Amino acid sequence: MYRYDQYDLTLLEQRTAQFRDQVVRRLSGALSEEEFLPLRLQNGLYHQRHAYMLRVAIPYGTLSSAQLRVLAEIADRWDRGYGHFTTRQNIQFNWIRLEDAPDIMDRLAEAEMHAIQTSGNVVRNITTEHFAGVAADEVLDPRPLAEILRQWSTMNPEFTFLPRKFKIAISASTTDRAAVKAHDVGLYLYRDERGEPMLRVLVGGGLGRTPMLGVVIREALPWRHLTTYVEAVLRVYNRHGRRDNKYKARIKILVQSLGAEPFAAEVEREWALIKDSPATITQAEYRRVAAFFALPPYADQAGPDAADVAARQAGNPEFARWCRRNVHPHKVAGYASVTLSTKPGMAAPPGDVSSAQMRAVADWADQYGFGEVRVSHEQNLILPDVRRQDLHALWQAAEAHALATANIGLLTDVIACPGGDYCSLANARSIPVAQAIQARFQDLDYLHDLGGLTLNISGCVNACGHHHLGNIGILGVDKNGEEWYQVTLGGRQGAAAAIGKVIGRAFRAEEMPEVIERIVATFVAHRHGDEPFSDTVQRIGLAPFKERVYALAGEQP
Amino acid sequence: MKQIIRALPSGAVVVADHWHILRDGEGEPVLPAGSQVLLPLPLWRRLRQDGVALDASAVGVWIGCDDEYEGLAGELLALPLIAVDFPAFRDGRGYSVAYLLRSRFGYRGELRAIGDVLRDQLFYMQRCGFDSFDVRADKDIDDALRGLTAYTIRYQGAVDDPVPLFRKRAEAAPDTADDGWAL
Repeated sequence: MYRYDQYDLTLLEQRTAQFRDQVVRRLSGALSEEEFLPLRLQNGLYHQRHAYMLRVAIPYGTLSSAQLRVLAEIADRWDRGYGHFTTRQNIQFNWIRLEDAPDIMDRLAEAEMHAIQTSGNVVRNITTEHFAGVAADEVLDPRPLAEILRQWSTMNPEFTFLPRKFKIAISASTTDRAAVKAHDVGLYLYRDERGEPMLRVLVGGGLGRTPMLGVVIREALPWRHLTTYVEAVLRVYNRHGRRDNKYKARIKILVQSLGAEPFAAEVEREWALIKDSPATITQAEYRRVAAFFALPPYADQAGPDAADVAARQAGNPEFARWCRRNVHPHKVAGYASVTLSTKPGMAAPPGDVSSAQMRAVADWADQYGFGEVRVSHEQNLILPDVRRQDLHALWQAAEAHALATANIGLLTDVIACPGGDYCSLANARSIPVAQAIQARFQDLDYLHDLGGLTLNISGCVNACGHHHLGNIGILGVDKNGEEWYQVTLGGRQGAAAAIGKVIGRAFRAEEMPEVIERIVATFVAHRHGDEPFSDTVQRIGLAPFKERVYALAGEQP
Repeated sequence: MKQIIRALPSGAVVVADHWHILRDGEGEPVLPAGSQVLLPLPLWRRLRQDGVALDASAVGVWIGCDDEYEGLAGELLALPLIAVDFPAFRDGRGYSVAYLLRSRFGYRGELRAIGDVLRDQLFYMQRCGFDSFDVRADKDIDDALRGLTAYTIRYQGAVDDPVPLFRKRAEAAPDTADDGWAL
């Protein structure tokens, strides 16, 4: 993974020193809360319902085992012994004291981590998929370009006070596991017919109260122009994006109002003037950064391991189930990537990981892999390089730490924001609803029979839980001071992304498990063979689901 | 006497300033001899269209976020001082205005940030090409001066230094590896 040199370290030291001074000025009153607000947000510090929350950047979802141990240490020293992994592959600590924040920043910096631009109206943490560099279906490793973009966007002076937050994701596999189309700028890295790396550039995706999928504004951008092209997009946005209404300030609204083609033309005009500036990425720089992501020293694998895993699976249906859902193909024979589920159900809210679990995962990363851990936007942890012969031992260890729930991609692998229990923006709680649904679907055999089915919950329209992209989406809404939950169906993430549609009136929290059960029963009744849920919804439409769900209350849908 | 921050090649300093900013709604300018004034761009345009002779050394322009100035860029270049207004420190349009004036249109005169100009934004403003800063009146200007010295490292190029760090890294440690390598 990327390692800091003296330049990176110095920048971070200066940043933490500046932030420490800003906190002192805030506490002394030299900075008003209004003036301090964007400064603290640009350093990942929110004021939440009960306390300050610190959001730490995990660039493109990649952590070393040493860094994960530092996160565990932070959880123990300054928080309540756990952290929450988010859909932007960051980690959040919920119980931070403002006075402690500078010390935490220093501790992070020592481990080559930071909280820069994890919030605020800036370019946020650059994301990519959690199997980057190891996925069997990968065309290219997206991480070097993601790191180059991270550096370009970090404290970029022109784009630190944008109209709104700005999110960029990059994917380089045949399967999009990075929700690229739901980003302000989405990038698909691919090779053209001559083998040259190219970027397909999408702009204007985003969820929130006006969900939209990004549209392609450039089909084939040579990779060297990544940063200048993004600069052109941001300059157009910074100059022309709406600032009069924060709900209409995202770039998607600008793209929509101008039209994709005129917007693209505007970007091209701007880009033509800067495309050969010194910002153009050099081969040498790419090579320098890519060297940090070189393949680890994989061992040559002899044949018996595969047979060994198969034999263990045959004798152990639970292990077999885990292998089926939580083990992902690797591009090197004899290896696999393993997803550790943070979704055990009642034992912990989705994405919450204790410091003890973090340390255990760090140990497994060292013992079974090359000391690397990933965070997925589904809020799970991934060990990217596990020898297949170690899968059984890892599974047993993960079981002991409640990280081996065999539910990846299944209904109980719920994506959920922290909701009203923590977040001051939320209209409703997310965690109890997620857990009540997880409790209703505890039968793993049944869950596995249902197949891939994503359930996403957001506690408000800001859509941190990406509910629009869930096959089943749940949105918490406030009606006269009461918590209600609206259901959408038909959402999908990935290259064939779709935004779900609302099925009808909202429900009370206690109705939700039954509502989900009826949706699932409708699917089972109409499913053709092993058809995935989202295909069935697409084929039969919403009507059969509405009928069955609203028959619950004897209502017309 | 009002003070501003001037960024000079030798470092930033606090200096006395004689420019009067004529804000919108203050009516027609009354310019006593020897004073210098920053006119709102629309007013400056109108005066020129009306054929009013403006003293090149005593009249500058301030650009608001919504002002259309690109069509006038050629004429603006001759001004001794252009100011860009920050109606709120969180409104970042002024950064792009400064970038364009410096990099696209080649303005070489003094470029000043006015309005809601605060210490923690000065570094970014300077990087975008501002070289003077009319810090908000209720703030300690000597304290604000420190906003320009917080950083010695810049990842990306900008107006102050268009060469990104990666090219400097390459110079510091020339890469002599085989260039036949490809992505």
